[in-house]
Amino acid sequence: MSTYLITGARVLGGEATDLLIRDGVIVTGESDADAEVVDATGLVALPGLVDLHTHLREPGREDAETVLTGTQAAAMGGFTAVHAMANTDPVADTAGVVEQVWRLGREGGYCDVYPVGAVTVGLAGQQLAELGAMADSAARVRVFSDDGHCVSDAVLMRRALEYVKAFDGVVAQHAQEPRLTEGAQMNEGELSGRLGLAGWPAVAEEAVIARDCLLAAHVGSRLHVCHVSTAGSVELIRQAKASGWNVTAEVTPHHLLLTDELAASYDPVYKVNPPLRTAADTEALRAGLADGTIDIVATDHAPHPHEDKDCEWAAAAFGMLGLETALSVVQETMVDPGLLTWADVADRMSYAPARIGRVADHGRPLEDGAPANVVLYDPSVRRVVEAAESVSLSRNTPYAGVELPGRVVATFLHGKPTVLDGKLC
Amino acid sequence: MNKHLLSAADLSRDDAELVLRTAEEMRSLADRPIKKLPALRGRTVVNLFFEDSTRTRISFEAAAKRLSADVINFSAKGSSLSKGESLKDTALTLEAMGCDAVVIRHGASGAPHRLANSGWVRASVVNAGDGTHEHPTQALLDAFTMWRHLGARNGGTLDGRRIAIVGDVLHSRVARSNALLLHTLGAEVTLVAPPTLFPVGVESWPVETSYDLDGVLPKADAVMMLRVQRERMSGGFFPTAREYSRRYGLDGRRMATLQDHTIVMHPGPMVRGMEITADVADSDRSVIVEQVTNGVAVRMAVLYLLLGGSEPAIATDGADA
Repeated sequence: MSTYLITGARVLGGEATDLLIRDGVIVTGESDADAEVVDATGLVALPGLVDLHTHLREPGREDAETVLTGTQAAAMGGFTAVHAMANTDPVADTAGVVEQVWRLGREGGYCDVYPVGAVTVGLAGQQLAELGAMADSAARVRVFSDDGHCVSDAVLMRRALEYVKAFDGVVAQHAQEPRLTEGAQMNEGELSGRLGLAGWPAVAEEAVIARDCLLAAHVGSRLHVCHVSTAGSVELIRQAKASGWNVTAEVTPHHLLLTDELAASYDPVYKVNPPLRTAADTEALRAGLADGTIDIVATDHAPHPHEDKDCEWAAAAFGMLGLETALSVVQETMVDPGLLTWADVADRMSYAPARIGRVADHGRPLEDGAPANVVLYDPSVRRVVEAAESVSLSRNTPYAGVELPGRVVATFLHGKPTVLDGKLC
Repeated sequence: MNKHLLSAADLSRDDAELVLRTAEEMRSLADRPIKKLPALRGRTVVNLFFEDSTRTRISFEAAAKRLSADVINFSAKGSSLSKGESLKDTALTLEAMGCDAVVIRHGASGAPHRLANSGWVRASVVNAGDGTHEHPTQALLDAFTMWRHLGARNGGTLDGRRIAIVGDVLHSRVARSNALLLHTLGAEVTLVAPPTLFPVGVESWPVETSYDLDGVLPKADAVMMLRVQRERMSGGFFPTAREYSRRYGLDGRRMATLQDHTIVMHPGPMVRGMEITADVADSDRSVIVEQVTNGVAVRMAVLYLLLGGSEPAIATDGADA
């Protein structure tokens, strides 16, 4: 295995230093004349990013994304580990499917892939899937989610929260009260009324979060709330944490940056679930991420083929790409305005998601002996996002034509570069 | 006028008044033995109807034909649309055949915006009703009808005239377009509905709102009743059809509280006995049938103005048109 000497990198945005990568681990205070030198002058070094919420689409929708292309996109975004959501076809609700996804990730070699197991069989919300079998499989599943669907049945949610305690699992809830969101197309508010698009009210998210926090407290289990999108949800989670309950939460880059005003174009590239909310919500989400109420940023990277977005709004699929732009959006919304330091970014996008997902080899400080999962990032440049340049199979980025700060220059996974000079290896 | 008519909000007051004046010219044509103008000869208008709507389609068809345009009707039943062809491919097909205007009715809100703004077609796009969003030519024909009845004694405008729009505002594209257009034309609009049938955020619309029909009727100059679709009755928006009729239906007793000059309107199709009783619909105050006549005139005006008519549609020097 090659040895790399990263020179002049600002670890977590601090003083310039050299990092030696040898045999897949970080070595500090040493040099190596034979090492391949990577000049990282001016670049910020962060621990490899960990995404707790990615849709890789394989098996079933290989026209939208595969484990290979999705992990390549992740590497381009600075990620070294991704959690692959369960809403594939077949659903990842058995040990067989999660092991297949896990193995595809290993074969690709661009990211460590941690499959998320479905909570219920077929995501149908009727019967618990074999959570224990998935936990015991080679994929060692610890995160369970029916993402895309809410585990809305209160008894089923209670049982899931209880059951995963046996293997230190966590239930990641897609909080969406189904009856309040039948046919919902966008955030319910003044704009949805004007545009004639069925509204997705904030209360449909908040009601489920409130219930789930109470359930998690009652049974003493771990709850993770996916893609928090409203100011009211932030407040509920703040209260739950203040009560000492074991609740964590994520926010997506797009909910930090984009607002529902974009729906006025009727361009379905802005159609996502939960929907883009108001400017007041994005502000509350940023504040919640800054003060730690919201633990992590997770992309909810959701690739869709062109024809599923090149149509009328109501007919279009929900979801947008996120892996390749996540760090830039976090810089734009959190770092540049002074809400987070680079050390905080390492926490929100690496340490904390690895902790929630119980991932041992990722989310570790860039210290002597740590696995060499590293991203080198240039925060000084600005770039205009081009959809066609994405390495994802899909093109449904909401940032096409938007200028964002920063660029991932290199990503190392277990000491091996997956991205160098901003290009896939 | 813009190239497209997608929303009543696209129309400035000058635009809207130009449409009304042009419609008045077009309407005079109905009294002539030959009801046809050569204005759009050689132009092609496509009626692209993804939803059943016989009356709106016929109205647009009559309007285009009276302007001598070639008309192609493309409806969902018995066509590629029912075979799963996308809006985009349908649009590309129409573009390849060459058409100058596309009149689109679609169940998805915003579908006309997609057609107009996605680069699929170069034609002018006219929104003939999209989902629960808008129906701007309906608003224009309603305004035209009000203007003919109420404008004469009001300096030729609708300034300050009080218009009550009653019923399922939440799902009504007619209510949305009328609220926007009538505000542009200076009228004072009051929307009347049970609280469950108002959209969230209606307080930001340029209208008054009320839950009390009896309180609004005596002050109204025009009352427009909206259809309540059958599927709403099972949707839990109100307890029963009977209770809805009792609280929000227009019957003879309520009609008696109207001012002498007040007109009663309905965009059709009516559910007699639900939102309006037969004696009201058939009364002297009812202009419901006239709305249909005016619909053709207004749509002629819209097609004429969108497709580049900058000169008067009907020559005023007495020459043959």
